[in-house]
Amino acid sequence: MKLHEYQAKELFSRYDLPIPEGWLAKTPEKAMKYVREHVGKEGFPIAIKAQVHAGGRGKSGGILIASNMEDACKAVHSIHGMTLKTPQTVGEGTTVNKLLLEKGVAIEREFYLSILPDSSTGSFLIIASAAGGMDIEEVAATRPEKIIRVQVDPLVGLQAYQKRRLAYALGLSGELFASFSSLLSDLYRAVMENDLLLAEINPLALTSDEDFFLIDAKAEVDSNALYRQKALLALYDSSEDDPLELEARKYGLHYIRLHGNIGTIVNGAGLAMASMDIIQQAGAEPANFLDVGGGANENMIEHGFQILLSDPHVEAILINIFGGILRCDILAAGVVAAAQKVGLQLPVVVRMEGTNAAEGRKILAESGLDLITATDVDDASAKLKALGFA
Amino acid sequence: MSIFVNQDTRLLVQGITGKEGQFHTLQCQEYGTQVVAGVTPGKAGQEVAGIPVFNTVHDAVQETRANASMIFVPPPFAADAIMEAADAGVDLIICITEGIPIHDMLRVRAALQRTSSRLIGPNCPGIITPGACKIGIMPGHIHKPGSIGVISRSGTLTYELVDQLTKAGLGQSTCIGIGGDPVNGTGFIDCLAAFAKDEQTTGIVMLGEIGGTAEEEAAAFIQETVDKPVVGFIAGLTAPSGRHMGHAGAIVSGSRGSAKAKIQALEASGVHVCQDLGRLGKFCAEIFSE
Repeated sequence: MKLHEYQAKELFSRYDLPIPEGWLAKTPEKAMKYVREHVGKEGFPIAIKAQVHAGGRGKSGGILIASNMEDACKAVHSIHGMTLKTPQTVGEGTTVNKLLLEKGVAIEREFYLSILPDSSTGSFLIIASAAGGMDIEEVAATRPEKIIRVQVDPLVGLQAYQKRRLAYALGLSGELFASFSSLLSDLYRAVMENDLLLAEINPLALTSDEDFFLIDAKAEVDSNALYRQKALLALYDSSEDDPLELEARKYGLHYIRLHGNIGTIVNGAGLAMASMDIIQQAGAEPANFLDVGGGANENMIEHGFQILLSDPHVEAILINIFGGILRCDILAAGVVAAAQKVGLQLPVVVRMEGTNAAEGRKILAESGLDLITATDVDDASAKLKALGFA
Repeated sequence: MSIFVNQDTRLLVQGITGKEGQFHTLQCQEYGTQVVAGVTPGKAGQEVAGIPVFNTVHDAVQETRANASMIFVPPPFAADAIMEAADAGVDLIICITEGIPIHDMLRVRAALQRTSSRLIGPNCPGIITPGACKIGIMPGHIHKPGSIGVISRSGTLTYELVDQLTKAGLGQSTCIGIGGDPVNGTGFIDCLAAFAKDEQTTGIVMLGEIGGTAEEEAAAFIQETVDKPVVGFIAGLTAPSGRHMGHAGAIVSGSRGSAKAKIQALEASGVHVCQDLGRLGKFCAEIFSE
């Protein structure tokens, strides 16, 4: 679950991490009210920042700096309501409906700092660089020696020598070492206590007064840990999610909407991805990824079916089930019930194999519905092709 | 021979009294697996299909000499269940549970390194040595004893492959689902190393997915140490790239992680990559008959 910048900053500030003074506004009017009341003539410059679940905002016009009231007003109106498209947004972009206004700080140096659980090293990986800012990925690709990585053993935790290593590599010594070191400990604690999958500060600014500030902050929470992070659950913002994806989630379905014309219902993520590949190899485009999972019941499948049928781009459906936990007879009953409820209009190719496959096929055959059954993956692909939706 | 499990494996089931646990315990037993014990705290003294239930894994191991555990415990308690099995000295722990928090799994993996236990999973279908021992949720009847080793990150995609292998006349030595989670126990490399040494295994199939760098790391290992023929398949060529936020992910994996990058890495290491799922079984038959 992704957090907005203002939410991440609020979370981190509870761990004593230094955040610039700022205000969140949902309308341009509110934004300008804050500017007049809290910034005044003396408080400029300020940053006006689009609050969306994506990075790359700066280069796409989603972050502007204003040095007077007039500029601020222009910036607020240009960002609020804009459709922001960055390398990290999806599809046609994301509409901005929240703004963060922040007092500027006099930045002397910019660092990059992130902490994330890393599967390949089995550690909490700390990544830092003295070359922070917008082009950090390019730095990583072209000057990898500028990126410092420290692996923290999850059972031992962050050690003093690791903090020294990071600080010296970033060129921080004396009093700066002490303040960086405590900042690092605070951020590490925030990651641990909130089940974060990512905490990223870019840039971490050092001002001319030798104070650190988190200029931008990103955080992502492990959705699987929300049962013990109930306070974070309140920070969930569904406004950027596809309405059909939200609907699917209500029923415990893993659905991702794509742009093609052939819908799929599959059990298991790997087979679902492979089924999308099959659709493309048959000359058409997958309309979605839908994994009904291992423990799917008739009700869940029925809802999944209804979600596919409510996507207007879907011209045909491929059901590809290999029954392990999910028994084919249960799936078949779900398909039949949903098809009868919604009044099936589209061609449906069904391929079913595995536990209770014979019973499943029998339920489909006796349903009186016009379903195209396929014997194997190759056959399903051929029958999809024969439908002529390529 | 086979790897990790055989007819002598003595299985206990953690979470045996739950609906899924009970259903799959019976399926494993029916397949011929020696299921010797179940564990559900507070239910000692009960029986499931004649299998005695204990309060703790320690009790179960002491009474029944179980040396493998299959875990069906819900996600909030699954990490604890894995640690309990390791602490009781269980050699092989197979965790079926999906949805365990990553922080928990990082700690579990680090802790298991101090024990002699091997973890398979979590979020996996399990492991099967056809005709001898099935531990997990895979449909047993599609498998056939033979000489092909199967390693997969997926569940149902593995069943698809195994079904095609069996229909193409290729039996399997052992099939392992290593699980789809980013942090798991046994990985591709552990399985490749074991299959490379296993006399029964003459060829290996690995099924990968987009995301992470496990396939790329496996490719490097194969090039250096595996002499047996390896077939690879990567799911997700058409999947859109993940909606990642921030730069950390890109810094860690660079250009790796995509289906294309994985296929390239595997092919460069001499792995025979098949890109057509419908023909995967036939493709394997051609490669392994050479």
